[in-house]
Amino acid sequence: MTVAPILRVENFSKSFVLHEQGKVIPSSSGVNLKVYPGRLTALIGPTGAGKSTVLNGIYRTYLATGGRILYQSGAGEEIDLAQADDHQILALRKTEIGFVTQFLHFLPRQKTEDVVAQPLYQQGVDRHEARERARQTLSALNLPKRLWSISPATFSGGEKQRVNLARGLTAKPRLLLLDEPTASLDPATTQRVVEQIDKLKKENVAMLAIFHQMHLVEQLADEVVELIPPPAENGNGETS
Amino acid sequence: MKEGMKKILELDSFSKVYGRGCLRCFEETGPEQTNICPCCRSVVAAHDVSFSLYQGEILGIMGESGSGKSTVVKCLYSDGQPTAGVATFYDNGQHHSLFDLNKAQQRQLRNQRFGMVYQNPNLGLNFDISAGGNIAERLLMSGDNNYGRIRQRARDLLRRTEVLPERMDEKPKNFSGGMQQRVQIAKALATDPPLLFLDEVTTGLDLSVQAAILDLILEIQHELQTAMIVVTHDLGVIRLLADRTLVMKYGRVIEAGLTDQILEDPQHAYTQRLVASAL
Repeated sequence: MTVAPILRVENFSKSFVLHEQGKVIPSSSGVNLKVYPGRLTALIGPTGAGKSTVLNGIYRTYLATGGRILYQSGAGEEIDLAQADDHQILALRKTEIGFVTQFLHFLPRQKTEDVVAQPLYQQGVDRHEARERARQTLSALNLPKRLWSISPATFSGGEKQRVNLARGLTAKPRLLLLDEPTASLDPATTQRVVEQIDKLKKENVAMLAIFHQMHLVEQLADEVVELIPPPAENGNGETS
Repeated sequence: MKEGMKKILELDSFSKVYGRGCLRCFEETGPEQTNICPCCRSVVAAHDVSFSLYQGEILGIMGESGSGKSTVVKCLYSDGQPTAGVATFYDNGQHHSLFDLNKAQQRQLRNQRFGMVYQNPNLGLNFDISAGGNIAERLLMSGDNNYGRIRQRARDLLRRTEVLPERMDEKPKNFSGGMQQRVQIAKALATDPPLLFLDEVTTGLDLSVQAAILDLILEIQHELQTAMIVVTHDLGVIRLLADRTLVMKYGRVIEAGLTDQILEDPQHAYTQRLVASAL
């Protein structure tokens, strides 16, 4: 392959230190992976292997315990996301790195189409255009039109997930992290998501994703990284 | 740094001691001890607090009563005198050293470039003049004296903060707590300040009113790109509003980071306890 990776995770590890219980819980250790523009890297492994931990570590929701997370920014800099300044991370989240988690966070009174267009508003895209792009994605993901102008507060799990996905996909970041984006979707809608992911690949978006269904991994992944649960810390996991 | 990442405020090594203070105040107090110096009984309300704030950013300062969170904001807003530290406010190519201003300069910044919303509306509003009059007062102090323009601006602001414009000539003492808070926010925003301080603005309001006020604050932030410092003991407020968060205990910053990181992966024992007890 001649394309350079946009993200290189080198020897990433994460342990949670629980002061109150006096325990250290290892969640990931020795993780290495690369993500390329226009390609999708899938993380696989059993529950407890630390798949979500790796995504949270890259997005900096978790602080890495060890290792490097080297990101090639749009401006051509190499940034270690594990070490970068908070303001730099906020700026990257706004414009370059997206994360579709399993939970949808939104302002209580915001309309669905505005929730989806929000990242574009933040990037300074014209409101009219942003809303138009949001509608296109919502329509592509089969979310009924009558829901677009109301708040997602009362939506079902599958509807919320589509809103969340639509937001991540519409923003079209340089690097998109996806944590089980199809977990509560029916097969027909899952197929729509597959089409959208293929479209993003053509638009050169780099993706790192966790899927529950192996057929999606086979269908979508260009690279597959298998994680195994980390060994327990020395002894019984107690802090010294 | 990206364009639009303009620094608006820098606070460096801020301290505030109530009492005469002694040489051992800072080493004898802290997050693992207390904020009262055992040698001289002075209260170390805040020590060694540093942060920077960018345009359009919301910084949360979280901590329990007595943690020093309000002290920081008070001194930045010239409601109190710091014991030590440097605060620089960057504004339209100029910079102001906030702790070295004379009274007139303090007043000018407070009237025109800062907004403050207190927990107690009594502190931010004059209860004896009308809601519209409160807003007019601020506009007059910032140098506008066109009656028609001031009245129109007051009406627009009250509409924006969802106070019925037909009540603009009523005194805020007749209003509900939630409405008083809205008038306070309207008044704070009157001069389009680039920096807004919010001190426990939703504490004591019922939940539906809290949600509506927080919503309003975020909408305004998105619209006007106002930088804000939000002081609260409420994790829910932090989660909803703040991009970054400082956690304070006994006058010290014990943890600082991105808000989602502070809430999902807290590092300090105290923050872990706070987050665990809120869920």
